[in-house]
Amino acid sequence: MQLHELTIREAGQRLRRGEISSTELAAAMIDRIVAVDNDVRAYLTLTPDLAMEQARAADRRLAEARRSGDDALPPLLGIPLAIKDVLCTAGVPTTCGSRILEDFVPPYDATVVARLKDAGFVMLGKTNTDEFAMGSSTENSAFFTTHNPWDLSRVPGGSSGGSAAAVAAGEALGALGTDTGGSVRQPAALCGVVGLKPTYGRVSRYGLVAFASSLDQAGPLARTVADAALLLGAIAGHDPQDATSSPRPVPDYAAALGGDIKGLRVGVPREYFVPGMEPGVEAAVRQALADLEALGAVVEEVSLPHTEYALPVYYLIAPAEASANLARYDGVKYGYSAPAGELWEMYKRTRGQGFGAEVKRRIMLGTYALSAGYYDAYYLKAQKVRTLIRQDFERAFERVDVVVAPTSPTVAFPIGARADDPLQMYLSDVLTLSLNLAGLCGISVPCGFSNGLPVGMQVFGRPYDEATILRVAHAYEQATPWHTYKPGLG
Amino acid sequence: MALTRQQVEHIAELAKVGLSEEEIERFREQLSAILEYAAVLQRLDTETIPPTARVSDAANVMRPDIARPSLPVDQVLANAPARRDDSFCVPPVLEEPYEL
Repeated sequence: MQLHELTIREAGQRLRRGEISSTELAAAMIDRIVAVDNDVRAYLTLTPDLAMEQARAADRRLAEARRSGDDALPPLLGIPLAIKDVLCTAGVPTTCGSRILEDFVPPYDATVVARLKDAGFVMLGKTNTDEFAMGSSTENSAFFTTHNPWDLSRVPGGSSGGSAAAVAAGEALGALGTDTGGSVRQPAALCGVVGLKPTYGRVSRYGLVAFASSLDQAGPLARTVADAALLLGAIAGHDPQDATSSPRPVPDYAAALGGDIKGLRVGVPREYFVPGMEPGVEAAVRQALADLEALGAVVEEVSLPHTEYALPVYYLIAPAEASANLARYDGVKYGYSAPAGELWEMYKRTRGQGFGAEVKRRIMLGTYALSAGYYDAYYLKAQKVRTLIRQDFERAFERVDVVVAPTSPTVAFPIGARADDPLQMYLSDVLTLSLNLAGLCGISVPCGFSNGLPVGMQVFGRPYDEATILRVAHAYEQATPWHTYKPGLG
Repeated sequence: MALTRQQVEHIAELAKVGLSEEEIERFREQLSAILEYAAVLQRLDTETIPPTARVSDAANVMRPDIARPSLPVDQVLANAPARRDDSFCVPPVLEEPYEL
């Protein structure tokens, strides 16, 4: 097995045993990136010098620990990871996939990045994203589209498509993404990797460039559930810099794995097998449900009757919040600035030229939904229906421990296929949005293939019950072969 | 519901986003289609349903009222497209240019 194929757990064990060094591992990852990223295009910025410097520091620490017999090493010491380019990295460009932030270099780290640093990670670079995380394919990146490692003519999903593709292609052992309406889980599904959206409040949003503040949450992508658990444990927890982060203690997620799921109640929402769903996706998820049953879970149908309203609710609330958050890009404090003779004109030119089409579309939509005369009909109405969606889940979780559904109605679609039709693109998120609206946690795990492309299954959990969704996903993963398949790249 | 061209121009003005003629027409069509799709929400009776603005259970989060160091001014201004001394530079806001 080559070094870039190791899981985070395996790599950690080898590093601790002294079988490999962190510099060797980082160099192997950089070689792998050089070999395949011309095709995959997962990275917007590579940081090889920083990676080697961090790897050398990790090696010093490992050597010292071997001498002193100290085994209390940080959990990700020497592990090479990628960071989605909407998370601030001190001294390293953070573009959000946008021309308007093309030259932006943050003066501080996002809390999740700072925590990975405390945990000893090695940063390989910043991954591609739809502009400001608005999209489902990376085609809205102002710079280029990332290609799906399983079929380079197809999208990797989005918006964390660069992170998902990097993990699938062996260009990082794991990565961070962000999930506002499915942006970790949908690309994870389309690239055949694991992606977890933590409960809103579980992970700090400080330094996560804001898109929709009541929905945004950073989460890990990895090749196994155990690796996702390890990454979540490193980034979760209260942060005084984010008042919406929860002071609840962080459980030992790695310890939550490995338990059986006998008697665990699994709800299958009938509304999630939507018309137009690809038959191969439905077949793979139905088989996965049978597999869960064989593992001792009790599978029963549940109803989430307001599911069909999640998409319009999301596409009013998220743009409304975005229109307020993105007001900060005014050509004054940072980023692109268009010359003009007076201030209002400068704002309009800067934003007109600096933002791409989808971002402008959402700012316009959100501004309209919040504007005088339309606020009640659109924004307030959407917030009320958000309550109904939340209540659907509260009722379901009175009967079941987790809800299981497909992550995406289709496998990865061809690049360009949905680029001209925003509504068609929005439908990519139809199965993931509700989770964000309801403030739940969820994980997508590979559950088979349709037409040779990966299919993902989502496990939804109660708020702050990441331990249970990890346990279910892990039990399923260990009983099935899907996580062992790798794309046939280079 | 179909938006008019004037409405699109008004929204763009509120949002301070400069649009080309071609964008105005394209956004008029696309935003109309999205809003038409969103009209499905009107089917639901939500008269007695409270709105959900956020899903966090935190309320009135306070921190000790103690001054903490801020980012150094040079770091704050490092990304500024235009600066003068310790200030951001902007084009005139008032009718008459104001000499610094």
